[in-house]
Amino acid sequence: MKAPRFAYARPASVAEALALLDKHRDEARVLAGGQSLVPMLNFRVAAPKVLVDINRIAALSGIKVTKSHVRIGALTRHVDLERSADIARHLPLVAAAVPHIAHPAVRNRGTFGGSCALADPAAELPACALALGATFVVAGKRGERRIAADDFFRGLYATALKSGELLVAAEFPLARPGYVSAFGELARRHGDYAITGIAAHGSTQGGKFSGLRVVFFGVGDRPQLAAHFARALEGQPAAAKSVAAALSKLDADLAPRADLYSSAATKLHLAKVLAGRVLGGLLP
Amino acid sequence: MNAPAETVEIALTVNGERVKHTVPARMNLADFLRIELELTGTHVGCEHGVCGACTVRVDGEIVRGCLLFACQADGCKVDTVEGLSDSREIEELQSAFVLTNALQCGFCTPGILMAAQALLRDLPNPTREQIREYLSGNYCRCTGYQAIVDAIEAVAKARVSRSK
Repeated sequence: MKAPRFAYARPASVAEALALLDKHRDEARVLAGGQSLVPMLNFRVAAPKVLVDINRIAALSGIKVTKSHVRIGALTRHVDLERSADIARHLPLVAAAVPHIAHPAVRNRGTFGGSCALADPAAELPACALALGATFVVAGKRGERRIAADDFFRGLYATALKSGELLVAAEFPLARPGYVSAFGELARRHGDYAITGIAAHGSTQGGKFSGLRVVFFGVGDRPQLAAHFARALEGQPAAAKSVAAALSKLDADLAPRADLYSSAATKLHLAKVLAGRVLGGLLP
Repeated sequence: MNAPAETVEIALTVNGERVKHTVPARMNLADFLRIELELTGTHVGCEHGVCGACTVRVDGEIVRGCLLFACQADGCKVDTVEGLSDSREIEELQSAFVLTNALQCGFCTPGILMAAQALLRDLPNPTREQIREYLSGNYCRCTGYQAIVDAIEAVAKARVSRSK
């Protein structure tokens, strides 16, 4: 189908965008890459009266590395992450995740901020942000506020963003020495929505797991931090048999629901299979 | 431009020609090309970004024509399969598609040609696996893909051997 009627605005600055969002409130939606929003419009799942197109706001794009973090602007496109030497060097987890997102033509338009603000439970980048302990930078009428990834994802397509606010960037802390990451997902075809996926980050220095953050996606209403699983692995030898012994803890961390293709039991089983594989990628 | 409006004036370059139009904001780029400019080589299949039949180039990068509103392409340089065909940029791919029988009904072919040309720009000597992965966003319901991969592989090999 075609998108329903809407009024289109293309602000040139964050201030102009915020003024529009403040004026039109719940009747407005932000149009970033549009790779999820436009299908939702075409399906008539969403029918906002006003679309605020932020694509010409240059200040929202780009990747910056400082002494303490990597800042990814909300409008940075997946293809920019894919081609960035800074991302490959400082955020290898993100670099590993991006090729799994849809297809090249979609990655040329889709944005980092769009993916996080939409909070699709099967999306790769929200899981990476949570695994890496990123902080989201949000602008509103009263200025900027910062929201930790742990508090940002609130449920199915739900985030801590309030009406009238705009996600402007995320800051990823630079990895501490000895920290490594691994990413994997299971999908029927390349680029399809993940049946389940994992973004994992932690240290294996001295041959022991520590500080692990293992995030599952596609198995709940939001990216799921597997806290019981990580706790069971803390201080354990960084070896496949430690991972295998801790897998049963995932029963406490995950409660997947059946979807059109897989039962809940299948999803949990596949999550464990994938955990074995992906955590294997962290081993020294 | 700031006040929200349901119709938008746009000026863009399509296949090297400047065009100016007033379009409904809700009109997607693929429909604009087909209906307003009568460039019907860009096909509209699923209208939600899955099938790849509407693939066009905007400012040099391939995108889904159905997931971009025409008003968003204001000021952009758009290239369609007609443009790439007229400039002979995809001549070798077109010949290889004919030679290997890489199309039957032809509905997906324009989108696949656009994607294949982008692939060979980024990755001049792809493996068959990489060709398949790159084309995972372009559906073909006739050929089973084998002949399409053959055609693209043949063009890649020919181009690489020529550049040596």
